[in-house]
Amino acid sequence: MAEIIQEEKAGGKKKAKKHAPHIDMTPMVDLMCLLITFFMLTTAFSKAKIMEINLPEKLKDKTVEPPKISASRTLNIILGPDNKLYWYPGTVKPEDYGNLPPLQETDFSANGIRPLLLERNRSLFKKIDDFKNQVVSGKIIMAPDSVTKSISKLKSDDDTGPIVLIKAYKKATYGNFVDILDEMNICGIARYTFVDIAFYENTMVEHAAGIASTAPAATPSKK
Amino acid sequence: MPKIKLPTKSPHIDMTPMVDLFSVVLTFLMLTTTMRQPEPAPVDTPTSISEKTTPDANWMTLLLSKDDKVFLNFDNGPDTLLAFRPKILIEMGKRYSIEFTDAELAEFKKYPSSIGVPILKMKEFLDSKDNKVRTAMQTGIPIDSTDNQLADWIYCTRSVNPNVQAQIKGDAKTGFEVVKRVLDIMADKNVFKFNLITTLEAVKINLAEIQK
Repeated sequence: MAEIIQEEKAGGKKKAKKHAPHIDMTPMVDLMCLLITFFMLTTAFSKAKIMEINLPEKLKDKTVEPPKISASRTLNIILGPDNKLYWYPGTVKPEDYGNLPPLQETDFSANGIRPLLLERNRSLFKKIDDFKNQVVSGKIIMAPDSVTKSISKLKSDDDTGPIVLIKAYKKATYGNFVDILDEMNICGIARYTFVDIAFYENTMVEHAAGIASTAPAATPSKK
Repeated sequence: MPKIKLPTKSPHIDMTPMVDLFSVVLTFLMLTTTMRQPEPAPVDTPTSISEKTTPDANWMTLLLSKDDKVFLNFDNGPDTLLAFRPKILIEMGKRYSIEFTDAELAEFKKYPSSIGVPILKMKEFLDSKDNKVRTAMQTGIPIDSTDNQLADWIYCTRSVNPNVQAQIKGDAKTGFEVVKRVLDIMADKNVFKFNLITTLEAVKINLAEIQK
């Protein structure tokens, strides 16, 4: 704009002197920079992510038997102290309290609990993986909603994978809890739930981790 | 004819396009922004692969801090006119025979972050204007079996807003004992479905490699 006016002057046309059309915009730009920086820093662009979990309902009526699950498919995972994980298959019957099964120790790394879960859940995981590949490669075309639905259908139809019971020793952390639930999702485990730790399992963890027994309820099993 | 002067270069840079652009960016940010609320306790959430996002409305969030304090936050409902927050506080006041003034209710309605104040100190908390005093009063909601205010809060929240979804936002280092206690309290109030707030972290599994 300034150039045009100067050219007009150069052309020799006589005009009343005008005020410069320029407004100094520097302070405005400064202010806008500040505001933009402020908003960019305070904005939470991505919303927090959530992981859903359903806990088993408490049986208020003591006469109702809890659902039976087959011991051969059961896998018990106990969250231990110091980010350790313990697991044992099957169940412990009351007559075995004096002779508790040994706990296997593992951890949350990719070579820890994950191969174990995948090994036991191989057929279901393969089905889900194949299905996802087909969706990604475009062999199956469906809406994201139906993809999630189909995967949960695959999971609910499954009857080969393990039934994982997650228990937590009192020294575990919330991070461990979320990590193990995340591991269930990663490995596509169909059936898992979080249950209260039994007194004999407390003893087993304390024995495996080398902590002095604290729970008074654990004493009968020590005899 | 006078000599044609070469126009000297103007020292001004035309800032109009720049200002235009800034205005657009600023407007965009102002319209899309959801302010990040300061929490009463810093919390590092654990990571997961879940990609679901938090609901916009009808939530109550339990904040479990590293030092085992429990804080609670809930929204005003899908429409701020519903004003669930003051209603919940009135319900809560009834249980402990505390009457809150309109000013206190309005203050509670717009208080942006989680609250961890024992109900008997709530009046004092809402009346004080000093942020430092307020922070000092955030000692966590009592969850002992003798003074289980968290259960009352959950009960009041659910009676005012039946569609409320429970969310748990905990620090990765929070001890499990307090988590278990909170889960038990929720189970007592028939809340079995939770959303655990996590940070996204991608995990890739190579099936063939693991099967080796």
